[in-house]
Amino acid sequence: MRWIRNNLVLLLGIAVLIYTFIPIAIVILMSFNDPNSRLIYSFDGFTLYNWQNPCEPDGMCGALWTSIKVGFLATLFSTILGTLAAFALVRHDFQGRSSSNLLIFMPMAAPEIVMGSSLLALFVAAGFAGQLGFWTILIAHIMFCLSFVVVTVRARLAGLDDNLEQAAMDLYATPSQTFWRVTFPLVFPGILGAALLSFSLSFDDFIITNLNAGNTTTFPMFVWGAAQRGVPMQVNVVGTLMFMIAILIVVGGEVTSRRRNAKLA
Amino acid sequence: MSQVAETSGAPAAPAPDASYDGLRLRNLTKSFGAFTAVDDLDLDVPRGSFFALLGPSGCGKTTTLRMVAGLETPTSGSITLAGQDITYAKPYKRPVNTVFQSYALFPHLDIHENVAFGLKRRKAKEVDAQVKEMLDLVELGVQARKRPTQLSGGQQQRVALARALINKPEVLLLDEPLGALDLKLRRSMQIELKRIQVDVGLTFIHVTHDQEEAMTMADTVAVMNQGVIEQMGSPADLYENPRSTFVANFLGQSNLIEGRITNRAADLVTVDMQGIGVSIPADRAHADGDMGWVGIRPEKVLIGEPGATLDAPGNTIPGGVISDVSFVGVSTQYLVRMPWGQEIQVFAQNTGRTRLFAQGESVELSWRPEYAFLLDHAQDATAGAQKDDA
Amino acid sequence: MTRRTGGLGYLLLAPAALWLVLFFVVPFYSLVATSLFDPAGSDFRGYEMTYHWQNYTDAVQEYWRPMLRSLWYGALATFFCLILGYVLAYAIAFKAGRWKNLMLVLVIAPFFTSFLVRTLSWKLILADDGWIVDTLQTLHLLGEDGRLLVTPFAVVMGLTYNFLPFMVLPLYASIDKIDHRLIEAAGDLYANPVVGFFKVTWPLSLPGVISGTLLTFIPASGDYINAQLLGGPNQRMVGGVIQSLFTDANDYPTAAALSVIMMVGIVAMVLVYVRRAGTEELL
Repeated sequence: MRWIRNNLVLLLGIAVLIYTFIPIAIVILMSFNDPNSRLIYSFDGFTLYNWQNPCEPDGMCGALWTSIKVGFLATLFSTILGTLAAFALVRHDFQGRSSSNLLIFMPMAAPEIVMGSSLLALFVAAGFAGQLGFWTILIAHIMFCLSFVVVTVRARLAGLDDNLEQAAMDLYATPSQTFWRVTFPLVFPGILGAALLSFSLSFDDFIITNLNAGNTTTFPMFVWGAAQRGVPMQVNVVGTLMFMIAILIVVGGEVTSRRRNAKLA
Repeated sequence: MSQVAETSGAPAAPAPDASYDGLRLRNLTKSFGAFTAVDDLDLDVPRGSFFALLGPSGCGKTTTLRMVAGLETPTSGSITLAGQDITYAKPYKRPVNTVFQSYALFPHLDIHENVAFGLKRRKAKEVDAQVKEMLDLVELGVQARKRPTQLSGGQQQRVALARALINKPEVLLLDEPLGALDLKLRRSMQIELKRIQVDVGLTFIHVTHDQEEAMTMADTVAVMNQGVIEQMGSPADLYENPRSTFVANFLGQSNLIEGRITNRAADLVTVDMQGIGVSIPADRAHADGDMGWVGIRPEKVLIGEPGATLDAPGNTIPGGVISDVSFVGVSTQYLVRMPWGQEIQVFAQNTGRTRLFAQGESVELSWRPEYAFLLDHAQDATAGAQKDDA
Repeated sequence: MTRRTGGLGYLLLAPAALWLVLFFVVPFYSLVATSLFDPAGSDFRGYEMTYHWQNYTDAVQEYWRPMLRSLWYGALATFFCLILGYVLAYAIAFKAGRWKNLMLVLVIAPFFTSFLVRTLSWKLILADDGWIVDTLQTLHLLGEDGRLLVTPFAVVMGLTYNFLPFMVLPLYASIDKIDHRLIEAAGDLYANPVVGFFKVTWPLSLPGVISGTLLTFIPASGDYINAQLLGGPNQRMVGGVIQSLFTDANDYPTAAALSVIMMVGIVAMVLVYVRRAGTEELL
């Protein structure tokens, strides 16, 4: 009893964490489900069929591939543009810094539905109503990933000790050597984090994408459509895989950094 | 002003003097907006010396150092090193290295890579062997593959030193390098640094606000205040014969007593100090005009019962009353209230030859005239005094 | 930090700034313009700009219920997120010890799986024949034909679940910065743990509370996925209305008007909230 009272907050915290994991458990369980009916969503029996035939549902793997392509390109562009902008904001002085900061902040605060409908209004006004699809999705995704990249890289860059670059210069490194041997390696974890965040934001977006996709279908849109008709179990296979990949990336990163430290300690 | 005086005859000609092999700053000025951090500074640092730039924070010593390193561009003036003008040379093109206050070790590189950084940039040969030798010199050979964060403060400090030293710079700049270490480690690092400097024979410029550190380590100390050098010389010279109230107070402690100059002879200045005539050697008198501050270090003041014969033929000041006594072991520190209201500090060595005085006792003070000094009355008597006994 | 002046800064910033101006600022002007078009048009025949302000009154008259509901559900979800998130963030910051990093990773980990797929799992968990409903019915906490799905409870719970990390992370950042000795000092000065919490911990964590509530409330009140998947027609939120007006009903002017109202409403509320909370530097 005493132990419980002393650790009450921790136990409650763990309970909240468990709450966040309940749906994941269901997703993993359902990926092995052998349903009796497509309409009634319950666990009826164990099978590996879904894992062996992941692309069976019509259009699912196509949608997944579209999401991966969009996610990759949106990550690439938003990471490059956002990193450059972060360097500008931290390292350079110019007129309009505060309005630039506001411009970066606003997309993170604006509701997605407003951003989505604004973009749609623009595309329609510009006469692109018929050409909505891959490219308009990509434009939108780069737009909403950008701010997150700038903020993440900017934080990393602002936390960088000014003296390190001065020390490099003092030790005969030219400005370009200083950048590539000191600044960039130290900012890189921030850039990598920003890229991972961008990919997951892009991959998971539904609200903005749905308004600007035309006839193109991304994975979240496929799931949305399927939810009305009956969800194929293979959706859970994809959900489980995503979860596992994310865990692998995070745990992998943690293990490498721990091992490096442990070896040296 | 030994070294400044030598060259101050020709300040209008900042032409690099090719014959001087040390570091020479001429009319160096650095302003940040309306604030002048360094004001028309002239300074010669002889080759191979351990030179300390001492001053309170904000006096411009770090700015001076950064200009020498090339991390700050002077507003005007020139910097020459061994006859070469390096005033506007890029930091990576001058043979000067810095040990940063925060060490600035590269966190993504291990100790070996940190130390090798400068050599590699200059494409030196046998980098690994040199690094190994240098790490052995600072006794960090076994730590070569650790990251900076895995080392203690003292070890990081030695890595920073090794990383700069290995490049064999003409001048090594140390920006408060011991500031982050605890007292004990500081003392041992001071000895260590001095030893290394003697071994390698390089010019060290050490910036610090710690007067004790400056005096124990440096051959020459320059005391800096508000952007200008107040006085420069050997530690003993600065301490025994300060030329300004700032130096008198910033280096150790001084009693400064107001007096009227009654006579200036060739070798002796006579001062009427609160009705008592005292004399001061002419080479220790640095006051213009009629008034001055008579200065005397607390440990130079002798204390005795009224009428006692003190071992100081010279100035005797009667009428003191002990207002405070603190016994600190090796010495006893007295505060003696004088008839004119001022409290004089006296440090008496506990040699056992004199008895201890108690609060409220009447005493007489005395000092040998050759220990006193006379400072300009226009200066603030409290300039440079430490707020606390750090 | 020495900042360099000159053109390079503009050059580095320009691509990102231009992108945001073109695809974030300009679209908002198009949205406002669209909201004033003649509602008689369509995206086939084209719209006419008639400064038809009536679109706004029409939108409010017809959709005031989903609008208020969005704010209400958003506020409820934010409140529950704050309670759960505070417990979790506090536990991670002060009680987790060496498990701190692991717990932080676990907070984010579930959210790498698709938002929609996770929300669908809740549909399964809360289903009418699911074990939760069964248990509640056995305990008579829920009537014989009582259900959880298609109720405000399901929607608010889904919102709470989905936006929890947006609350936990800023709260954690704020609580973790609090010097634990301050809390001990409060205890030393005769504050019992509860008083100590409300007089020391809570006020010091306010910056995190403010940014966390904003980061949760804005997306939660704009969301419609939870309302659509876990609720029914009576739980419709304004985001869903806007979406279906655009894609199903092709009523662009009304949809745009609703979007503008939502944006303006949220900006106004945020400004008032931030001003009252007194940390304007957040923006």
